[in-house]
Amino acid sequence: MSEDARNAQVVSSPALETPMRTFYRNFFSSRVATIGLVGLALIFLAALLAPVIAPQNPYDLATLDIMHSRLQPGERSLDGQLIFVLGTDEQGRDMLSAILYGIRISIIVGFASTTIALALGLLAGLIAGYAGGRVDSLIMRAADIQLSFPPILIALILLALTGPGVSKIIVALVAVQWAYYARTARSAALVEREKPYMEAAVILGLSPLRIIARHLLPNCMPPLVVVAALQVASAISLEATLSFLGLGLPVTEPSLGLLIANGFQYLLSGKYWISFYPGIALLLTIVAINLVADHLRDILNPQLAK
Amino acid sequence: MVARVTVFILRRLIQSVFILLLTSVLVFIAIYAIGDPIDVLISPEADQLERIRIAATFGLDQPLWRQYLLFAENALQGDLGRSFAFSTPAIPLILERMPATLELAVAAMLLAIGLGIPLGLWVGLRPQSIVGKIIMSVSILGFSLPTFWVGLILILVFAVQLGWLPASGRGATQLLFGVPVSFLTWDGLRHLLLPALNLALFNIALVIRLTRAGTQEALLQDYVRFARAKGLTTSRIVGVHVLKNILIPIITVIALQFGSIIAFAIVTESVFAWPGMGKLIIDSIRVLDRPVIVAYLMLIVAVFITINLVVDIIYSFVDPRVRLSGGRV
Repeated sequence: MSEDARNAQVVSSPALETPMRTFYRNFFSSRVATIGLVGLALIFLAALLAPVIAPQNPYDLATLDIMHSRLQPGERSLDGQLIFVLGTDEQGRDMLSAILYGIRISIIVGFASTTIALALGLLAGLIAGYAGGRVDSLIMRAADIQLSFPPILIALILLALTGPGVSKIIVALVAVQWAYYARTARSAALVEREKPYMEAAVILGLSPLRIIARHLLPNCMPPLVVVAALQVASAISLEATLSFLGLGLPVTEPSLGLLIANGFQYLLSGKYWISFYPGIALLLTIVAINLVADHLRDILNPQLAK
Repeated sequence: MVARVTVFILRRLIQSVFILLLTSVLVFIAIYAIGDPIDVLISPEADQLERIRIAATFGLDQPLWRQYLLFAENALQGDLGRSFAFSTPAIPLILERMPATLELAVAAMLLAIGLGIPLGLWVGLRPQSIVGKIIMSVSILGFSLPTFWVGLILILVFAVQLGWLPASGRGATQLLFGVPVSFLTWDGLRHLLLPALNLALFNIALVIRLTRAGTQEALLQDYVRFARAKGLTTSRIVGVHVLKNILIPIITVIALQFGSIIAFAIVTESVFAWPGMGKLIIDSIRVLDRPVIVAYLMLIVAVFITINLVVDIIYSFVDPRVRLSGGRV
């Protein structure tokens, strides 16, 4: 074998091709998904930096002036200092600032509920899949019962009983979502359980806790990541819907859904911007997350792809 | 065979009763968690004696489990209390709104089938065409966009900008077998169109996808090849032979969606001020009209359990695998 050939072999050897690197290359091969990820990053940045980049603190009542009520997009404030790029609402609040803060709340609620639901559902699903038998059927029956009702109905029941609030809507969204993760984690656990490495772990005499946490869990993650990515978008969408109906978040913490609801009464009189721009922000957030999630599904879980 | 089906149905019935019981306990306890109903019933100036007297009249001085039994007993007799806001019994109040919701839901289902199947066929026959790709992209949006947002855009475009259709309300109704319906009058039909389209959107997207997948699969089958060989026109092959074969699964899926449509009507009714059950429950939650909230929740859970039970029983005859796995709830 010549020197060149040996070098070429080293370069293309699978050792250098780490799973992460393959993943990155696969992900960025799709232009649509890359656009989605960049858009999502920008939205995140805007939400994170809202206190810095927003022209006005929308919740500081001292900065609001009733004279600025319902100004059209592009109008200036009375002292000429501020330009209301996206107009103002009925309290004279700058819509751009309100939207930046609104995205922040929507994203926090969406990601917090998804993370908690993922952790709980994962735990339930792994236990069900690993233990089998009675435990398995109990957990899965509970998930089945829940999945036979539409998510909005379950969230509505919980919120009707508990009243609005950030922690309450997160609880409601967790209750709606956990069953999806439990099902996915269980089916992944059932597949993984039959593989030789699990048998090896059992023969080695490792404790069940260690087997689940160190061996089963990492191998069950890819399908769960896909479900979680898709669920973030639907959690944000459901939160917006519930807030729009006045059941989700309190008026003191307006998410995008609540901003849209506030402007809804002015829609018919042609003052579209109070509802319309928060709606566009919501649309962009959901579409960006979906673009990323759809592509993640194609990469991580080819058999799920349509 | 018969014995197994009977066992299955019995098991499912017991399970349904159990869930209904669980919901009633949950709802009942939660009412207690919200606060003491006495505070709502009497004026703040009432003295302690008055409080005790009122508590005794409504049975609120009894232990919790006894109160629950009383609540359950009344509920079984169709009495879930009187609405605070309307001062009429809660159940008739909700049943009165039911026809409006059902009309909206049926209209949405018809729209989903009427628009979804032709569009799905078009895409299935020409998957590479630009129009086909546009239809598929829009159908993805139909899945992911929140219903209320789409409703808002429909109002903005068709009611505010173009002024073609009314934005809210039910319009003129006409009695049909003693039930007021909108679709028999021109005004009512105009009011019905936007909310029905809004509610149907998710299902239009669903039907498009199902029809497309079904069509593409059907086109590869031998019977299509045979029909072609026989010299039939494409429109006849698609319109008669393909459609006949793909229609049953599509109709089944859409029928299963009926419960969801009724649940999502909550959103659409609120956006379009459609006077159905969904708008009633949202209004009741806003003013904390507890008897109506409780009655609605119990009623909708009962409806869902019934729908799922019926679906399961029908499935258990059609598909024996369902019986073995225990089915849905």
